[in-house]
Amino acid sequence: METEKLVEQAAGVAKGAKALATEAESLLAQVSNLKMQVAAGGTDTFVFYFMVFVLAIFVGYYVVWSVTPALHSPLMSVTNAISSVIIVGALIAAGPVDMSFSKAFGFIAVILASINIFGGFIVSQRMLSMFKKKK
Amino acid sequence: MSENLSAFAYLIASVCFIMALRGLSSPRTARMGNIYGIVGMVIAVVTTLAAPNVLSFTMILLGMVIGGAIGTVIALKIEMTALPQLVAAFHSLVGLAAVFVAAAAFYEPAAYGIGVAGDIAVASLVEMSIGTAIGAITFTGSIVAFAKLQGLVSGAPVVFSGQHALNAFLGLLLIGLVVWLCGEESKMLFWAIVLLSGAIGLLIIIPIGGADMPVVISMLNSYSGWAACGIGFTLSNPALIVTGALVGSSGAILSYIMCKGMNRSFFNVILGGFGGEDATAGIVAEGDKTVRQGSADDAAFIMKNAGSVIIVPGYGMAVAQAQHALREMAEILKAEGIKVSYAIHPVAGRMPGHMNVLLAEANVPYDEVFELDSINRDFASTDVAFVIGANDVTNPVAKTDPTSPIYGMPILDVENAGTVLFVKRSLSPGYAGVDNVLFYRDNTMMLFDDAKAMCEGIVNALGEM
Repeated sequence: METEKLVEQAAGVAKGAKALATEAESLLAQVSNLKMQVAAGGTDTFVFYFMVFVLAIFVGYYVVWSVTPALHSPLMSVTNAISSVIIVGALIAAGPVDMSFSKAFGFIAVILASINIFGGFIVSQRMLSMFKKKK
Repeated sequence: MSENLSAFAYLIASVCFIMALRGLSSPRTARMGNIYGIVGMVIAVVTTLAAPNVLSFTMILLGMVIGGAIGTVIALKIEMTALPQLVAAFHSLVGLAAVFVAAAAFYEPAAYGIGVAGDIAVASLVEMSIGTAIGAITFTGSIVAFAKLQGLVSGAPVVFSGQHALNAFLGLLLIGLVVWLCGEESKMLFWAIVLLSGAIGLLIIIPIGGADMPVVISMLNSYSGWAACGIGFTLSNPALIVTGALVGSSGAILSYIMCKGMNRSFFNVILGGFGGEDATAGIVAEGDKTVRQGSADDAAFIMKNAGSVIIVPGYGMAVAQAQHALREMAEILKAEGIKVSYAIHPVAGRMPGHMNVLLAEANVPYDEVFELDSINRDFASTDVAFVIGANDVTNPVAKTDPTSPIYGMPILDVENAGTVLFVKRSLSPGYAGVDNVLFYRDNTMMLFDDAKAMCEGIVNALGEM
């Protein structure tokens, strides 16, 4: 008799465990769902910027092919100057009041990018002012 | 400034940058294009300075003054022949700036809204690593290109066995490190990525010969753009992403044009080992080949009696600083009523469009200067082709001999002209190590002298006639 009771109890416990397991599983599923939603929130902006990126490549492709070969050198110096727009990242790093590694890195990057911005635009202007038509 | 307003300002800046490139479609609109570029840059900088977390301006102002002063002085003093080195040096700065911006974001992620130190969003870490890696590659690669162009190191390709295997291994190692960084955010790993990428940049440029530098500069131009893009994703800054994409595709197109000008595939150039600064003697002219030799007086006489002259300048002309004497010669011919035009091969200079700038500097009007495709047919109806400082780009072997290393390369058909005047120091082959069959043609007259001395000699002879 006792053994039968024991078996019954064991079966009950097993059932309980099973129910708990299912519950845990569904919780896990919910958590991972949430996680995915959070991640999706993150990728949303990424997808947006990726779209901007791809479209910009197309714009670049067509605009650059329309550049006359005679002006390929100025094209390089102008693109070089505008790629120094990376200075915006440097400005944010150099912006805080308190001194930190980050601020020091930002300061160096501001110098580097500024050399490029001034140098790039001025040398482009110098080159372009040389191109004259027949008198 | 509110976030929407600044996003709008960045959009305007991006449009300005597109207009800057658009302006370069013609020399008439190009200067306006450059102004658009400057306006775009000012808008982007001012917008960032107005951002809520930019509070201290002393360091920023100091950095801009120091950098601006250095940049201005360099840009005003640089010789146009040294333009390729300058551009290479500038590319290295963009690369290094990208590395420092990424480092700043890695140390203070909160300032960029990508998490807190020790817990940066994985997507941001990946973008940051890509920006950093490309930035570091651009930095060291450009330094090597600069050193080769400036003559600080030999332009000869540096090759050793197992080079490509080593590069491939380091590339895989780099990917491994990036994956590791995503799992374990340590500063050591970040700097390891910087160092490894720097080493890769060095290794991929050293095997490329001095004469292939036009491709290398264009390629590094492209890389600097992609580095800016990577950082732009980290910062979620549309102006940076758009500009990076514009620059990246611009450099890629220029590399393609340069490769096509040499009839080499991009991979062929990248894998390197082709052509050094001083090409080996190559095929020495055989004894039975005869060369017709002329003097400055002969050249002056021939050109004065011609109806049309096409000048074919190459980099050798720029090395000899002959462009001003050449332009003087052309002026005299034009005054005599002779039609003078210039034919430019895509790889005539040390960077794309270099020859056009050198001629423009010597006051040659841009509407007398033509690209290969638009002038090549005119050689047949031209009395004199005046080749100065160019060699391989005129070699008819490129069309006739499939075994030649330059076979298939687009060339200027100077051999179709009535008379070919070829200014050269000696009969030595060009950098490809190929003998030019043009030297031995009946309608070719070799003018053996320094390019500048020969032009001056012709100018004197024309004056005395």
